[in-house]
Amino acid sequence: MTNSIRDITEESRSIFIIGSNTTEQHPVIGIKVRRARRRRGARLIVADPRRIDIANYADLHLRHKPGSDIALLNGLMHVIVREGLQDQKFIDGRTEGFDELRTVIGKYDPKVAGRITGVAPGDIEKAAVMLAENRPGTLLYAMGITQHTSGVPNVMSCANLQLLLGNLGVPGGGVNPLRGQNNVQGACDMGGLPVFFPGYQKVTDPKAREKFEKAWGVPLPDQAGLTLVEMVKAAGQGKIKGLFIVGENPMTSDPDLNHVRQALEKCEFLVVQEIFLSETARMADVVFPAASFAEKDGTFTNTERRVQRIRRAVSSPGEAKPDSWIMAELAKRMMALGVATCDAAAPYHSWDYVQPPQVLIEINSLTPSYAGIEWARLEGGQSLQWPVPNRDHPGTPILHTEKFTRGKGRFVAVDHTPPAELPDEQYPLILTTGRVIYHWHGGEMTHRARNLQAMCPEALVEVHPKDAARAGIGDGKPIKVASRRGEITAKAQVTDRVEPGLIFANFHFAESAANFLTNPALDPEAKIPEFKVCAVRIEKG
Amino acid sequence: MDKKTTMPINLTINGKPVSAPEGSTILEAARGAGIRIPTLCHHPDLTNVGACRLCVVTVEKARGLQTACTTPAAGGMVVNTESQEARETRRFVLEMLLSDHPNECMVCETNGDCELQDLAYEYEVPWPAAGATHHKYEVDTDPNPFVAIDRNKCIVCGRCVRACDEIQNREVWNFANRGFKTRLVAGADQPMLEARCESCGQCVAYCPVGALYDKMSVGVARANKVEKVRTVCSYCGVGCSFDLNVRDDRVVRVTSTAKAPVNGMALCVKGRYGYDYVHHTDRLTKPLVRRDLLSSSTSDERRSGRSSDLVEVDWDTALNLVARKLTDIKSSHGGDAIAFFASAKCTNEENYLFNKFTRQVLGTNNIDHCARL
Ligand code: SF4
Ligand code: SF4
Ligand code: SF4
Repeated sequence: MTNSIRDITEESRSIFIIGSNTTEQHPVIGIKVRRARRRRGARLIVADPRRIDIANYADLHLRHKPGSDIALLNGLMHVIVREGLQDQKFIDGRTEGFDELRTVIGKYDPKVAGRITGVAPGDIEKAAVMLAENRPGTLLYAMGITQHTSGVPNVMSCANLQLLLGNLGVPGGGVNPLRGQNNVQGACDMGGLPVFFPGYQKVTDPKAREKFEKAWGVPLPDQAGLTLVEMVKAAGQGKIKGLFIVGENPMTSDPDLNHVRQALEKCEFLVVQEIFLSETARMADVVFPAASFAEKDGTFTNTERRVQRIRRAVSSPGEAKPDSWIMAELAKRMMALGVATCDAAAPYHSWDYVQPPQVLIEINSLTPSYAGIEWARLEGGQSLQWPVPNRDHPGTPILHTEKFTRGKGRFVAVDHTPPAELPDEQYPLILTTGRVIYHWHGGEMTHRARNLQAMCPEALVEVHPKDAARAGIGDGKPIKVASRRGEITAKAQVTDRVEPGLIFANFHFAESAANFLTNPALDPEAKIPEFKVCAVRIEKG
Repeated sequence: MDKKTTMPINLTINGKPVSAPEGSTILEAARGAGIRIPTLCHHPDLTNVGACRLCVVTVEKARGLQTACTTPAAGGMVVNTESQEARETRRFVLEMLLSDHPNECMVCETNGDCELQDLAYEYEVPWPAAGATHHKYEVDTDPNPFVAIDRNKCIVCGRCVRACDEIQNREVWNFANRGFKTRLVAGADQPMLEARCESCGQCVAYCPVGALYDKMSVGVARANKVEKVRTVCSYCGVGCSFDLNVRDDRVVRVTSTAKAPVNGMALCVKGRYGYDYVHHTDRLTKPLVRRDLLSSSTSDERRSGRSSDLVEVDWDTALNLVARKLTDIKSSHGGDAIAFFASAKCTNEENYLFNKFTRQVLGTNNIDHCARL
């Protein structure tokens, strides 16, 4: 997030939510949005194909078709510019590329945008004016924007809207992705990505490489690595021979699960480090038992870049160990076997860690945005939002207040492109996927939380009454959903939360995982699969 | 309103000059100056209703006692929070509350963490002699699996009503009837879940007594039996913090804290009630290895097809096996033949080590995690 969660509660005069089922996926942000709407009168616009909970609180609910986000955003911008409601001072002073944007959005008058998105042109007009008249405004998005073949252009389009309205670098504004898992922000920050060392220092940048080579005492590869979906593919082709998986369950969370299974079977050596014997762990050659969050010390970074302490509260069961201990033990043994030759003079070549604070010191010295996030400050009760360039720095609740990372903010004009797979005669419906409040991801944890499981014991597929009637499917009755890649059986929930032609499934249940159906077509740049749209057909289960 | 830019108000409380921001109530002015006024229906996160009359104070020149939580502080005001009249009124209010309260502190979940109990103790209000009419509600009748209700203990302070309305924005609770018959109900006297309850537990967190309590913790998590450990939620990226309540090396409850920087007292159902997976019997407790990997001394020629079962081994065996196998793959096929899935559930320190392990030890940039999924 460019801004803080606090801004939503206190500052934003309008809140635009697109592609985020906020109250179910990020519940406490959801209640802050509801509070801002109800107690402060902030305007709330929700763009989502489904009538999700937060839409019930909205001033306007735009039910655009899955995969038509850019058309919708361009339509909004079209109206804003046509009415001269853009923040021209901000555009002139802090951005570039406005003319190209104007040309592209020129094509998306509300009629055109309405035709692509299925939203009434009058609602597009209303929403545009509401956003323009209620500034600063925040824009919140989640996987509903990124999990498309047009994921990166979708995000750019969100940024365009906020630049146009001057909603960046100010309290209450911002382009605010709500990150999924508790420490997904931290995993990215800490170099858990194929192109970046910690702190988004590129592995292809010779200077960055030199810095880490000096610190770790080994020569480092200069080519970007494979992304997750590419790794699975390479494993399927026999190019990846060893796969080490920590705390993830690609056997429910990845697209096209049948393909994932084949790839994992093919892979010569699979190690899984987990707290439960997940579907993925069952396929492993070696399983390491790991400690849960309640059994270890360290830090997590939340979606607003806030770094907070987690603390060990209980002992691990049996011989389960913290992941840091496992990595250090393994690294030491491999170094002893001569897997790499380290320069012993390099300050951080060794793996003799005793406790997480030591690791944080290493992070402080190698990651400029974390330089001032010291253990003692966190212990003293502070929680700090990066960048924190030094130990006296108070942290950065709002990014881009003076200038953007690259100087000027750039409008990148983008056009609507249809999803990779659209309904046809054989597969006439669109499937979109998401989550429910009681479960989390593949359900590895929540299925084992007694009452969460009791609240939502099985997968439900939402179907509109019309589609249900046509297929002869009753509410609460079994439904079979098939795509070009596979099929699942689940329980139907007949509801007008979805529109005719659209069905919704969650991916929390391994036995009827929606990802047996989903399309692994990737956004060409971010390599994110298109979970949010694929073509399916339904019948009685 | 930005309180910093407005003129402060100067008043006198208990003979002490006090300065407070414009718009403050007497209660806020007093608390700002470190002067305690007892309350029950007030909570700093919620609107004030002046219902319980515990916060009454004497204000010079004003007629009768004033409720400090709803009376605005004004310049020149002279307030006495400990006047005899105020203290007697508080005692009377507490006596009234206790006269219709079950004498059950010994078996109450909230014993030791109860605002009514604390005030009765402070004001030395004895348990009233039997005789008064007591409510006789059935206990824990709502099927919600997380929240239990004992209306016999309800002091009708309305904190739960306001917490659900103002914090959770759900408006589940309200009061039916008036006077002695006043009764807390969900929706139109429905089960909570049918009245749009999201099981966030905010109402429990704000209840000052034991009328609303956490079902999962019954019988195990009284305040004086647990140690609280502040940590951060293991589910979504909002980053709510809370206290794990630990007893005998087990998490027995989660309580929220006003000090949490992101969420304050608010949590969602997963954060507050989704902790028991930590102690689930399915937890892995020993390293596991395919049986046929243990027998073959040179792993290179082996093609398992993973037909053999996973067997428990000690850490040394498992670690040495993985170390040898990964080292072999690297030396025969290069580091790029290995890939690492890091984890968005692990800490920053752990993820840093995954990155270091992949790049320094394995010598590849093939590391990613499910950020995108
Ligand atoms: S659990 Fe939450 S939603 Fe349910 S009644 Fe209590 S405060 Fe309201
Ligand atoms: S249940 Fe608790 S919070 Fe609600 S009115 Fe009764 S005493 Fe107050
Ligand atoms: S308590 Fe709920 S909203 Fe808060 S971090 Fe946990 S899962 Fe997210």
